[in-house]
Amino acid sequence: MIVAEQKPIDEIKKMVAPYQKLLILGCGTCVKTCFAGGEDEVAVLASALRLSFKKDGKKIEIEEKTIERQCENEFIQEAASCVARNQAVLSLGCGAGVQDIARQFAKVPVLPGLNTTFIGVQERPGLFTEECVGCGNCELALYGGICPITRCSKKLLNGPCGGSQNGICEVDPSVECAWQLIIDRLKTLGQLDNIRAYIPPKDWRSSNSGGPRKLVREDHII
Amino acid sequence: MKTSPSNLQKTLENGKFAVTAECGPPRGANVKVVRQKAELLKGVVDAVNVTDNQTAIVRMSSIAASAHLVQMGLEPVMQMVVRDRNRIALQSDILGAWSLGIKNILCLSGDHQTFGSQPDAMNVFDIDSMNLLRMVKNMRDNGKDMSGFELNEAPQMFIGAAANPFADPFEYRVIRLAKKIEAGADFIQTQCIYNMKRFKEWIRLSREEGLTEKVYILAGVTPLKSAGMAKFMNNRVAGMDVPEDVIKRMEGVPKEKAVAEGLKICLETIAELREIKGISGVHIMAIEWEEKVAEIVKAAGLQK
Repeated sequence: MIVAEQKPIDEIKKMVAPYQKLLILGCGTCVKTCFAGGEDEVAVLASALRLSFKKDGKKIEIEEKTIERQCENEFIQEAASCVARNQAVLSLGCGAGVQDIARQFAKVPVLPGLNTTFIGVQERPGLFTEECVGCGNCELALYGGICPITRCSKKLLNGPCGGSQNGICEVDPSVECAWQLIIDRLKTLGQLDNIRAYIPPKDWRSSNSGGPRKLVREDHII
Repeated sequence: MKTSPSNLQKTLENGKFAVTAECGPPRGANVKVVRQKAELLKGVVDAVNVTDNQTAIVRMSSIAASAHLVQMGLEPVMQMVVRDRNRIALQSDILGAWSLGIKNILCLSGDHQTFGSQPDAMNVFDIDSMNLLRMVKNMRDNGKDMSGFELNEAPQMFIGAAANPFADPFEYRVIRLAKKIEAGADFIQTQCIYNMKRFKEWIRLSREEGLTEKVYILAGVTPLKSAGMAKFMNNRVAGMDVPEDVIKRMEGVPKEKAVAEGLKICLETIAELREIKGISGVHIMAIEWEEKVAEIVKAAGLQK
């Protein structure tokens, strides 16, 4: 999923301060799963903002709405009437959601209520970890299903640097050394030979380095 | 144009025990600092490593400081990390370095920027140190850049890599050494050795794989100044292993004798290293203590 976290309330207040009628728009997919932008979070944020602005003596009307996905026009249109009666939209979607909402509603300011952090998983309750940088050319088969580009602090492709100790990355004691994990797993799988050979430099053209990416699916073009 | 090989290469090829030291460029543009450090090392060692923004702190570039050393008649080992430059910049800098008379390169990943004074910087890591080794080797042996373009003059670098026998996983350290040799390393400089037992085990395994026949290994040493330094290095410096008995030994002497004890340990280490089959030299990393190098070299009987 796309993992995100809510921005600090003070930052949100500053963004929405110019408006008297605000729509807080939640997203019911990834950011709901990571407790950042689903229906519940929309309700909590709306209450917090109402209370806070009331204390400040500022009048603001806040409407709440959550759609299934902010990255799909079919769902976005369900919010069209709500958007129309407000001065601005505070989106609790990921960066893609915010931009897709903005794309569909040209005349309404769309503000980000979340910081989009990474593509990841909930490793255990309350702990989300980054697993993929979307490099566009997956080589997980080689590395036993553990991505060194995402999970090694130095994106090393040819084994651990000199800072790996007791399975821990030198950069942060709370981070596991991806290479220790890769080696352990390849040993278990009997595939350590995968990483004995030299691995050439990565072609980053398929990543964001090649510029904003597009995917054309001819079979889906109507 | 055929240029003569580096002194370091000649020394090693002639089977002489090589000695290298380190010169950290200044945090500023003052060339005097480089020259003062270089003076302390001139005629003392075979080559001098010039660090590349070590610990991710901005310093005079390793290329510029290396070029100053060349002007003074010293031979630099230019360190180059992949943290700050993509492949385009790396290749360009290697061509430039060669044009300035720099003949040795040490290919490194580099300390992560979060350790330095500007943790807010973006890192690069376009390629890794293994890829860098292969790149320099291809430039040298095939005369081509990474795109396959034929260079009008190929940099004939003597290529070095680092090895840390004290990092984990231990069993992979020998595989990694093999990979570095295969990628292009002519010589290896190791992390500072305090844990002799583990170092000997790493060398033994490397010997068994035939690796010590394929590469010159320069064993790293750093003289300790105090018990505090020993503990700091063990606990706070990434990839360092200072065993308890070494720390105890430093703690066991009065403060005013700590420096002498540190030197003694360093000399004992060098003496022991010279007896190990497969060790071709020592790399003395006297951090911001360049004046001690000549003393260590002399006391170890390694004068040039």
